[in-house]
Amino acid sequence: MTEKLRRLLPNVQKPARYTGGEYNEIIKDLENTRVRIAFCFPDTYEIGMSNIGMRILYGIMNGMDGIWCERVFHPWGDMVQAMREHDLPLWALESGDPVKDFDMLAFTIGYEMSYTNILNMLLLSGVPLHSKDRTGLKNMVFAGGVCAFNPEPLCDFIDFFCIGEGEDITPEVVSLYVRAKAENWTKEAFLRQVSQIPGVYVPSFYTPEYNDDGTMKALHPAPGAPKTVLKRIVEDLDKAYYPTKTIVASTEIVHDRANLEIFRGCIRGCRFCQAGFSCRPVRKKSAETLLKQAKELLTDSGHNEITISSLSTSDYRQLRELTDQLIPYCEAGKINLSVPSLRADNFSKELTARLQTLRKSSLTFAPEAGTQRLRDVINKNLTEEEILSSCENAFRGGWSSVKLYFMLGLPTETDEDVKGIAELVHKIILCWKENATQRKKGLRIHVATAYFVPKPHTPFQWEQQITTEEYLRRCRLLKSYFYCKSIEYNYHTPDISRLEAVTARGDRRVGPVLEAATKNGAMLDGWDEYFNLQAWNAAFESCGVDPDFYTTRGFGEEELLPWEHISVGVTKKFLLRERKRAYAEEITPDCRQGCAGCGASNLLREVECDA
Amino acid sequence: MLRILFEKTGRAVWISHLDLMRLFQRAFQRAGLPLTHTQGYNPRPSVSIALPLSVGIESRCELLDFALETDDVDVTKLPQMLNEKLIPGVRVLAAYVDGRKLKDLTHMAVTVTLTYDAGVPDGAEDAISALFRRESLVVPKKGKNGIIDQDIVPMIRRITVAGEGRCIVLTALICCQNPTLNPMQLASAVERYLPEFSPDDVTCQRLEVYDSSEVIFR
Repeated sequence: MTEKLRRLLPNVQKPARYTGGEYNEIIKDLENTRVRIAFCFPDTYEIGMSNIGMRILYGIMNGMDGIWCERVFHPWGDMVQAMREHDLPLWALESGDPVKDFDMLAFTIGYEMSYTNILNMLLLSGVPLHSKDRTGLKNMVFAGGVCAFNPEPLCDFIDFFCIGEGEDITPEVVSLYVRAKAENWTKEAFLRQVSQIPGVYVPSFYTPEYNDDGTMKALHPAPGAPKTVLKRIVEDLDKAYYPTKTIVASTEIVHDRANLEIFRGCIRGCRFCQAGFSCRPVRKKSAETLLKQAKELLTDSGHNEITISSLSTSDYRQLRELTDQLIPYCEAGKINLSVPSLRADNFSKELTARLQTLRKSSLTFAPEAGTQRLRDVINKNLTEEEILSSCENAFRGGWSSVKLYFMLGLPTETDEDVKGIAELVHKIILCWKENATQRKKGLRIHVATAYFVPKPHTPFQWEQQITTEEYLRRCRLLKSYFYCKSIEYNYHTPDISRLEAVTARGDRRVGPVLEAATKNGAMLDGWDEYFNLQAWNAAFESCGVDPDFYTTRGFGEEELLPWEHISVGVTKKFLLRERKRAYAEEITPDCRQGCAGCGASNLLREVECDA
Repeated sequence: MLRILFEKTGRAVWISHLDLMRLFQRAFQRAGLPLTHTQGYNPRPSVSIALPLSVGIESRCELLDFALETDDVDVTKLPQMLNEKLIPGVRVLAAYVDGRKLKDLTHMAVTVTLTYDAGVPDGAEDAISALFRRESLVVPKKGKNGIIDQDIVPMIRRITVAGEGRCIVLTALICCQNPTLNPMQLASAVERYLPEFSPDDVTCQRLEVYDSSEVIFR
C-alpha cells in the first residue's frame, strides 16, 4: 500500500474494502510472473466479492503458471473524490500496484448500469479510454459476462470480448497473450490471432453500416473475422473448476456466505428473462460433487452460512438427495442453509418445513404479472392456485410476511392486468385471515413493481418499452387499488430502467453517450446515492442520440439487430416462434415436458441437455 | 473461559471491530475449534474483544475472550492453530486460561507518531512537551451524542515527547476504561492548541495494557 493511500483511508467509509489482505488472497512472486492481469469488477467491493463468476475466474487465472491475477473494484464516491484530489491512480488490491502497470485488464460485466463504472475505472487508472488509443500490447482490455451478449455499446473501449462462460476460453486467451508478450507481437497481430479463438469477438474487425432511418443495415466483418461469434460453455460441470478455496472478505459483503452453484441453465422459458435463454442449455452437477464442494467450502472458509444458487432450485433433479445429506451436515455444524428460488411444489413444502428448524426465511413470489392471461403471455407458469396454496401453507406454519414481485409494461398489458395484481394481493390477505395461526403479528405484504426492460436474446427482444409517463400512470393506478394497511407498495423509479433499455439494446452509437455521461460525472448509476440523470440527459443531447430509438420505438422483426452477430445458441427462429405464441397467449411447457427446440443443445458435444 | 492476546498491524488495522469479531469466528471454525454459541432466536458464536480498537490504529495488546464447546484443546497450541487460519496482520501471541477480570484493566501504553513531511518544525518538540505539562487540555471528542469537549489531562498518567527524524513520537500511559482516552486525542490536543505545529499525518499504536498498579494485564 502506498503512503498516499494509507493517508486517505482514515477519511473514507469502510476502508477495509480498499486494502486487500483477506484470507485466501493470492500473492505471487513478481520475478516468476510473466503476465499480470487486473481483474476489474465495475461495481463496489461488496458487490463484486459476492459474484461467483469473478471467484471462478480468479481461481482459474491464478491457477496458471506465470500468471498473477489481482482484483480491482470501483471505489465508493468518497474515495473517488479523494483519489482525484490527491492524484492517486486506481490500484489492485493484492499488490497495491497501479492498474496502468498491468498487462491485461479483464472486466466482468453483469449489469448494464455499470457501464459508466467501466469507463470511470479506466479513467481513474489513467489507462487510455479508447481501444484505438492503446496502441501496444500493454493494458489490453477484455471483457465478458452476460452483458457481453450485446457488446456493441462498449466497442469503442474494449479490445476484445469473451462470449459465454469463461472457464475454458479465459486460459486460452491468456496463454495466447503470454506468447504474444514473449515474442513481442504487435497489438494488431495479437487481436488477429485471438479473434480465431472460438467465442472471441474483436469489435475493431467489424464495421457497422446504417440505413437512412437509423436502423442497422449491416455489420461488415473484416476478412478472416468470424461472421457470427458463438458463445462458449462448460459441458461437464462435475469436471469443471469450482472455487472451494476462495477469498473470505474481511469486511461485510452483500452475499457474506458460502455459495454453491448447483446447475446451469433453465428449463422454464419465461419470455422476458435474459438469463433463462442466454444461459442454456441445462447442465447438471451431481449431488455427490455438490456435497463434496459444500463441505470443502465450509471447512476452508469458516462461514456459518451456505446458499445454493441456480436460476431455479426446484428444477434441480437431485434436490432431495442433496438436501437429505446437506441438512444434517449443516445442523451438526450450526450452519445456516439457505435454499432460495423454490417453486410451490410438494417437495418444496416439505423442504421448507425441514429448513424451518434452522431459520425462518422469507416467503417470496415473483408472479411478474397479475392475471393468468398475462402470465401466459410471458410464459411464467406460476398459477394463482399455486401462490395461494403456498401462502395457506406458510400462514398455517406461522409466517406473516410475503414479498411479491411484478413487472409493469409487459407486452399486451392492459389496465385489467394491473388491477389483477391488486386482486391477487387481496386474495392473499383473505387467505391470511382464514389461515393465520399468528394473528398478533399482523400480516405484511411487500409488493414491488419493476419497469419492464426488453432484453437481447429473448422472445421479447423486439418489444417496445412503454414510456416512463405510462409506467408511472400504471404505478399510480395500482396504488389506487391498495387501501389495506398490510400492503407496502414500492415501485422502481423509471429513469434507471429506461437507461437500462438503451444500453441493453444499444448499438455502437451509444458508446459516445456512455463516454459523455461518464465525463459529465455519471458513475455508480445503480446506486440511488449517485444516480445522476442530468449527466445522462446532457450526454444524449450532446451526442445527438435519441433514447426513444432504443426504448419506445421497438425493433422490427425484419430489422438487423445490433447483437445479431453474437449467438447464445438459441435460434432466432425459436425466439420469433415464442414471440408469436406470446401474442397468441399460448404457453410453452417447460423443457422437461418436451423439448421446445430452442437450439441450445447444439452447443453440447460431450453431454446431453439435462432439461 | 479462554483468553488470547493478539496483535493487529499492517493492512489489517483497517478492519472494523465488528468485522474483526466475524473474522475470528471464522478462524476458529476453520481451525476446527468449536465456539460456544449465544442462546436465543439467532445463535451466534460468542467471542468478545476487551477494548474495541478504532479503525486505523495498530495494536500489540488486544485481548479476545471466548469459550469452546470442548475441553480437549491444548491451550499452548491455540496460537499456532489460529495463526494458520488468520490473515496477515492479525496474529495470536499467547493464550491463557481464566484471565483476570476485565474491570481491572485500567491503563494502556500507547505511542502517537506525528509526522511532518518537511521535517519537524523548529521549536515543535519543546512546545509540545510544554503543552502536555499544562493542567488542563480540552479537546473535542466525538461521542454517541455528538461532539463534546473533554479535559484529557486527568487521563494521562505519564507522557514523553521525543523527536525522531521527520517525526515527533508521544509515548504515554493513559486511562483506557472509566474514563477512556482515545490516544488520537493526544494529537488533537496538538492540533487544537498548537495549530502551527499541526502534523501532516498521525499514526497511533497500542503497546501494552495494565491494571492500576501498572502490572501487565492478562
